[in-house]
Amino acid sequence: MELQKASFWGYRRENGRVGVRNHVLILPVDDLSNAAAQAVENNVKGALAIPHPYGRLQFGADLDLHFRTLIGAGSNPNVAAVVVICIENTWAKKVADGIRATGKPVSEFGIEQHGDHDTIMRASKAAKEYVQWASELRREERPLKDLWVSTKCGESDTTSGCGANPTVGNAFDKMYPHKVTLVFGETTELTGGEQLVAARCRNDEVRRKFQFVFDRYQQVVDRHKTSDLMDSQPTKGNIEGGLTTIEEKALGNIQKIGRKCVVDGVLDKAEAPTGPGLWFMDSSSAAAEMVTLCAAAGFAVHLFPTGQGNVIGNPILPVIKLSANPRTVRTMSEHIDVDVSGLLRREMTPDQAGDKLLECMFRTANGRLTAAEALGHREFVLTRLYESA
Amino acid sequence: MIHFVVHEEGDGVGVVVVEGVKAGQALTGWIMEDDKEIRITAKSDIPIGHKLALKDYKSGDTVIKYGVDIGKVVAPIAKGEHTHIQNLKTKRW
Repeated sequence: MELQKASFWGYRRENGRVGVRNHVLILPVDDLSNAAAQAVENNVKGALAIPHPYGRLQFGADLDLHFRTLIGAGSNPNVAAVVVICIENTWAKKVADGIRATGKPVSEFGIEQHGDHDTIMRASKAAKEYVQWASELRREERPLKDLWVSTKCGESDTTSGCGANPTVGNAFDKMYPHKVTLVFGETTELTGGEQLVAARCRNDEVRRKFQFVFDRYQQVVDRHKTSDLMDSQPTKGNIEGGLTTIEEKALGNIQKIGRKCVVDGVLDKAEAPTGPGLWFMDSSSAAAEMVTLCAAAGFAVHLFPTGQGNVIGNPILPVIKLSANPRTVRTMSEHIDVDVSGLLRREMTPDQAGDKLLECMFRTANGRLTAAEALGHREFVLTRLYESA
Repeated sequence: MIHFVVHEEGDGVGVVVVEGVKAGQALTGWIMEDDKEIRITAKSDIPIGHKLALKDYKSGDTVIKYGVDIGKVVAPIAKGEHTHIQNLKTKRW
């Protein structure tokens, strides 16, 4: 596929970023605000609440990550406007101000001194105005470089490493020269192949940063492990699918960054990239956590290869699923957006598979719902670093 | 028909990509990097996605896939046998 003049139809936001969805987000800052946020979603058609279980008594780096993830989610260009709800006024304002820096409309509501009923009424009125306002925004044609694309695989099996993941790698190799902003992550899931990623880093500074976050995550595993992680990494699903060791899983995982892309920089969890190129984000390898971190970092579309059939979606970031496992494509067809099982029958070349995925990516960017969106998968999962105070 | 794929020449295992492979079945494999075919007889029933050994292994040997070390052999494996958690373990963690 020739991408020199490729374009898509997206929503250009106040800060110049381009989104492919037009959500009005109802964002609870903490667990206590979920009920009010979901009531607002129920009152206003087209509003999208993203409940989650955290936000109380976190501290230090864990609290910083909480705020960065929520502010990032609200700031994502797939979001047109945001209603923030929090038990306390101060933190409602902190999150709202963080999102407001993008220039998009934001309103915040604290529950204390009001109660749920009054909060829900006032927040619903704001959400209703936003939904009507957003419904008049129009897509415009934008160059490919305005699209930020993330990737992470899940419930991988051996077909991921020889089919679906190299398909993403092929698409990344094709997009990279056109100044697209790309990201991959899954820090522990590089174990056994970390030397290959290090060798792909742009320079020694990037390599040092990569090695630092890789080693830091290994220390977390070493500190807490009670076994060789054969119940967790690889997962039971991975093992069922034929993957035996973390090394084998990692080498399959790394196929997603293709053969030509260079690792241009390293990001902390939920940190936004500062320029085009391929970024590595330090992150959990759990699907919903990683995709949520990509949404918070500002990515607009996600490529998700699966072997055994992970069903994940995200409320903000459309998740495009591809699989090369013919059994998964047959038994879980409603979840699979792109079937690349022909690769393993020699009926399709990697180049053709990459093009098929890119074609689906452009259609998704232009507005076509992914399987996960149509099925209502909205897994918004915050990463925690340690216990609450 | 392709029954299993091998990432590259020199790899010691292949991945079964069809359902229902039975012990004794004659299999055709495709070495993807080199676009070459190889033949081998299955010595176990092997589910789709699972690996078969392309050579004989003894305990302590290293298994190579993608041209890279994927772990150590912990029980002998004969050429054509199912290679998985019963005979292959990580060297990490």
